[in-house]
Amino acid sequence: MILFGLVMALKGPSYRMGTLMHMGPGFLPTVLGVILIGLGIAIAIASLAPSDEEEEGILPENREWWAWTCILASPLAFMLFGNYGGLAPATFACVFVAAMGDRGMTLKQALALSVIITVFGVSLFHYVLQIPMPVLEWRG
Amino acid sequence: MIGTALTDLWYGFGVALEPHNIVWCFIGVLVGNMVGVLPGMGPLATISILLPLTFGIKPVGAILMLAGVMYGAQYGGAICSILLNLPCHPPHAVTCLDGFPMTKQGRGGAALGATVFASFVGASWGITEMIFLAPVLVKVALEFGPAEICSLMLLGLLAGSTLARGSPLKGVAMTVLGLMLGIVGTDIETGAERFTFGMTHLDDGIELIALALGLFGIGEFMNSVNQVSTVNAKYAKVTLKDMRPSKEEMKRTIAPMFRGTLIGSLCSLIPGTGPTIASFVAYATEKKISKTPEKFGTGMIEGVVCPEASTHSSVQGDFIPTMSLGIPGDAVMALLLGALMIQGIVPGPQLIKEHPDIFWGLVASFWIGNIMLVVLNVPLIGLWVKLLTIPYKYLYSSAMFFVCIGVYAANNDMFQVGETAVIGLLGYVLLRLGFHPAPILLGFVLGPRFEENFRRAMLISRGDLAVFVERPISAVFVALCVLLIGLQIYVRLRGPKKPLVPVSDKQLLEGAE
Repeated sequence: MILFGLVMALKGPSYRMGTLMHMGPGFLPTVLGVILIGLGIAIAIASLAPSDEEEEGILPENREWWAWTCILASPLAFMLFGNYGGLAPATFACVFVAAMGDRGMTLKQALALSVIITVFGVSLFHYVLQIPMPVLEWRG
Repeated sequence: MIGTALTDLWYGFGVALEPHNIVWCFIGVLVGNMVGVLPGMGPLATISILLPLTFGIKPVGAILMLAGVMYGAQYGGAICSILLNLPCHPPHAVTCLDGFPMTKQGRGGAALGATVFASFVGASWGITEMIFLAPVLVKVALEFGPAEICSLMLLGLLAGSTLARGSPLKGVAMTVLGLMLGIVGTDIETGAERFTFGMTHLDDGIELIALALGLFGIGEFMNSVNQVSTVNAKYAKVTLKDMRPSKEEMKRTIAPMFRGTLIGSLCSLIPGTGPTIASFVAYATEKKISKTPEKFGTGMIEGVVCPEASTHSSVQGDFIPTMSLGIPGDAVMALLLGALMIQGIVPGPQLIKEHPDIFWGLVASFWIGNIMLVVLNVPLIGLWVKLLTIPYKYLYSSAMFFVCIGVYAANNDMFQVGETAVIGLLGYVLLRLGFHPAPILLGFVLGPRFEENFRRAMLISRGDLAVFVERPISAVFVALCVLLIGLQIYVRLRGPKKPLVPVSDKQLLEGAE
């Protein structure tokens, strides 16, 4: 039942995008869009039908909003610091933000881990594998 | 026939035994073995993380290493299941049932020893099958026109999505989603931009690495963060001496070992039924044939050996359609194909002929890798168990860095890092909704080729769809597709379906996911 709304929300836009294209390059997307709509409806019906299986909610019992945010923020931090600061701050930020997601993590541990990974990561990727990304550089 | 296969194999050993290839293979199996033991880090995530690192090495080395991760993880998974009762990876969930009780009785070493041996037998059979079957398949496949390729892919996609875990409808929906994601970017034939929303970054399409890491890296971390409990390593002390099974146990393992091997190779021939299904079927069979089925679950060595042999035999067998036809059976295979494509190698029936070094080198490296694993497993078990005591909080945050740098390094493009985060969120939402993300990857890898061949077939037949049923080989594939769908519907409509595995097994499997 919970599926219903989300499935339709997910599949709806794909349909419009599909039909907007003209034949030629748009042919396959359109067909796929239609198929997906059909499947979406079928799944919705199937989930509406009574089932003795226990319905699992979208969210697990223990919701880790904080952890989820941290994990998702981690690549974004990498992007941000990577663009403006270089590899070293990006690595540090990425690991630090991700590490803070865990409930058992203390600030000290997270800092230590980030430093270790930064040193390791910079030496491996910058010096050994030669990734073209400055280690430390301020581009405001 | 056999003669040529042996010469080719000899050549393959030549390739695989080149020093740098051996090193890559060794790294692959070592890393694979390690992640196989670690919970919350599957072979999929590992292969995607390693993928960008392989750009610098030659295709042969790259594929040897990535394949090594794949089967190395299978050995590692068994260790985890038997010693710690942790079903880290779905194929090994059933191994826990009898493996852990054996450990409790102090026979864990013996169970491991027997498993390693059985795995090696299973894998060897799978490799032998690959040596002889793949060239035959290729001979047939070279006759295929676009129409045949198209319907074969359709069959592969359908099988891959409906026979895998979870609801078949959802599986198909995910495959279609994968196909659509594959469409993003510039159209190969007309140059039209599709679904790029005006973002020039998306012109080249969604990066395979971004997709894989988003779905199986970030999505997986979000699922396991704060969920993984500390490991109870109380029983996990094994010495080399313990690993030798007693004579009586040896005798009991031989028949199940071969039965498992057979089941595994059968399962690998049906596209879409990977190692997980093979191991469950193997366990169920063994329980059925056994004279003392009630004893299963209390530490029967048969219940350990048979599923493990079948898993390995099916893992190796999975490479057959992937390498000979270019049709991957599951997400890991799709990823390996993607790795080949990134290296500029077109997968398909021409692969063996045009790149014999890759194919035969891979086959030979399977053997070398498996022997390495047997040797490695013994002294390294203690080390892996120690690794398990590293808390997940350190593990996943370090892995996040590898995800980021990996995606960035693929194209030196920051945009893709963001792309990965978005895909990761999507993947997690889908996972919570009961959709399995693996078929997405399948659809994504096959999508562009499917479209290309579909269009070509339409061009040749002047837009007549009947071409798919008029050409005999294609018609057979289409018929199989219809049969598959019909069968699924039939099973559904027959009322409450009997679960394939007993409830306790099912819970274990769910726990493993």
